[in-house]
Amino acid sequence: MSLLTVNNLGKAYRVYASELQRIGRWFGLPTKPSEEHWVLKHISFSIAPGEAIGIVGQNGAGKSTLLKMITGTLQPTEGRIQVNGRIAAILELGMGFTPDLTGRQNVYHAAGLMGFGAEQIRQAMPDIEAFAEIGEYFDQAVRTYSSGMQMRVAFAVATAFRPDILIVDEALAVGDSYFQHKSFERIREFQRLGTTLLIVSHDRGSIQSLCSRAILLEHGTVIKDGAPEEVMDYYNAIIAAKENATVTVIQREDGSVQTRSGSGEASIRSVSLHNSVGEPIEYVQVGESVSLKIDVQVNSDIPELVTGYMLKDRLGQTVFGTNTHHLGCKMESLAAGQTMQYRFDFEANLGVGSYSVAVALHTTDNHIACNFEWQDLALVFNVVNVSKTEFVGLAWLPPTVENSK
Amino acid sequence: MLELFKSLWDYRGFVFSSIHNEFSARFARSRLGGLWMIINPLAQVAIYALVLSNVLAAKLPGIDNKYAYALYLMAGMLAWSLFSEIIGRCLTLFIDQGNLMKKMRFPRITLPVIVVGSSLLNYVLLFVALLAVFAMLGQWPHLQMLWLIPLTVAVTALAIGIGLILGVLNVFIRDVGQVVPILLQVWFWFTPVVYPVNIIPESFRSYMDMNPMFPIVSAYHDILVYAKTPDIQQIAVTTAIALGLMLLGLFMFRRAAPEMVDVL
Repeated sequence: MSLLTVNNLGKAYRVYASELQRIGRWFGLPTKPSEEHWVLKHISFSIAPGEAIGIVGQNGAGKSTLLKMITGTLQPTEGRIQVNGRIAAILELGMGFTPDLTGRQNVYHAAGLMGFGAEQIRQAMPDIEAFAEIGEYFDQAVRTYSSGMQMRVAFAVATAFRPDILIVDEALAVGDSYFQHKSFERIREFQRLGTTLLIVSHDRGSIQSLCSRAILLEHGTVIKDGAPEEVMDYYNAIIAAKENATVTVIQREDGSVQTRSGSGEASIRSVSLHNSVGEPIEYVQVGESVSLKIDVQVNSDIPELVTGYMLKDRLGQTVFGTNTHHLGCKMESLAAGQTMQYRFDFEANLGVGSYSVAVALHTTDNHIACNFEWQDLALVFNVVNVSKTEFVGLAWLPPTVENSK
Repeated sequence: MLELFKSLWDYRGFVFSSIHNEFSARFARSRLGGLWMIINPLAQVAIYALVLSNVLAAKLPGIDNKYAYALYLMAGMLAWSLFSEIIGRCLTLFIDQGNLMKKMRFPRITLPVIVVGSSLLNYVLLFVALLAVFAMLGQWPHLQMLWLIPLTVAVTALAIGIGLILGVLNVFIRDVGQVVPILLQVWFWFTPVVYPVNIIPESFRSYMDMNPMFPIVSAYHDILVYAKTPDIQQIAVTTAIALGLMLLGLFMFRRAAPEMVDVL
């Protein structure tokens, strides 16, 4: 028997010409909505006990609408959801907390909201208090809590009772990394005990490490349902296609003015990142061999051309930068109309995170003397850790360890 | 309908803890805390009494207590404050709790029940305070006061019915939330709370019968000020209206519940 069956589910938001027509409809008047906006259509899947399923999709694909219908806060417009068990959702932690009450009082309240009786809550209270680990703050007003402490208490309540289905929004990082580990440990423990996980995430790493199956939503329908690896590849391809399209649009219109500057004797035609077999990629594994390809067009005769690039982290700090002058690959006496392609091969020995690439065309060893074109955020990519041991920081500097007494 | 009550019963713990939380949150940061719930209406009574007693006192027949007007005011205010508190809070209830309704699954019916519970708690506290003030002014508790129990039920039912209908409408048509406080104010002045019935011109008296709050407030006056049995027949009419409105409100609430989250 499946734990959760979703059958031909659809959700439409209805707009009426007048709200009075909506009200008339409750009383059985034959009014019709003036507009129906379908956000989800023909969704069908079923989930067996103990599975872990990642739900992926771009913003607006309908992920949260689907989850809200599974949790039961939204009513489906068509189709059916059949649930055989208790669902708990960690979507919005700390909902319904009253700032002036103590953590303990709020726990009673929040667990009550989940449908538990006073006696059950009283029994679970020591566990909740121990799991939250906020010490004497537990008996102080929630308004004095840091947001991390509030998260801890909220997570402790939300997972105080093992549900049959646990819905987790992975973007919701619970406080500091210590507690993140602790909460993920609890989620994994639930999974071992037979809880089915439904995880919403953009992070390839966590989908692949936690899930046994992934469902890809696009424009309100399921377009792929299968092994996480396969689904995530497909998802990345969709994103890559979309990103490239938006880049060209930006280049044609004014939006790119801010990120591009220069005198224009030479211009950057495209910047792309490829893996070792030449496919364009957006997700890079730590240590993976990648190629940065830069296509350049020369617009007027120039004596010298140097092409450089910089990798920046999400805060804009330069992680690495170099140019063809330093690399000994300077071009001289170029004629208008000429095009050329650069390929920079390197190993992405970077820490996990999002990085951007800035590209510059200039003369001599820096762009100050003569700047043909400078483009910030020419490309954005993400580094994920799939195969390496766990580490922190911006760089992958694999050590060997030796122990002597 | 049966499942409505069943889910309410399953969530009784939540309902009680919500009422309790609301009550204790009030004490959390102010020195007098919940006392303000009593001080506010009493201060209002004091103001009216101060300003209007000289004008109106002579016209309050059938009672020789020199504080008669103050007693009269307090009796009417007791009924009206319960009535207007329930309506006022039901009106914005679903909008205020919109975020919660969007994110958590729980029986929605608990929300109005919490409002009623917490309003009744305030009402009881106010009543106890009034008994003390009445005793100070020379009016001691008596057996006729037992009539207040069915009256409280009637006024609560009337307020829930109206509040639920308006609260549901307000989710979809926000103008309702703006208009209702004005209408409540008008209704207040068209109900003899501040002034005695006998100053209403004869030609307008018949319109008073259309006001379902009129028999209720009059009954509160009869019981608390004159210590006599209220007019049962009139109250029965109001109770019937109240039950009708309550059923309509529940019906609208059940029909609207699935759509409410869509527009919040």
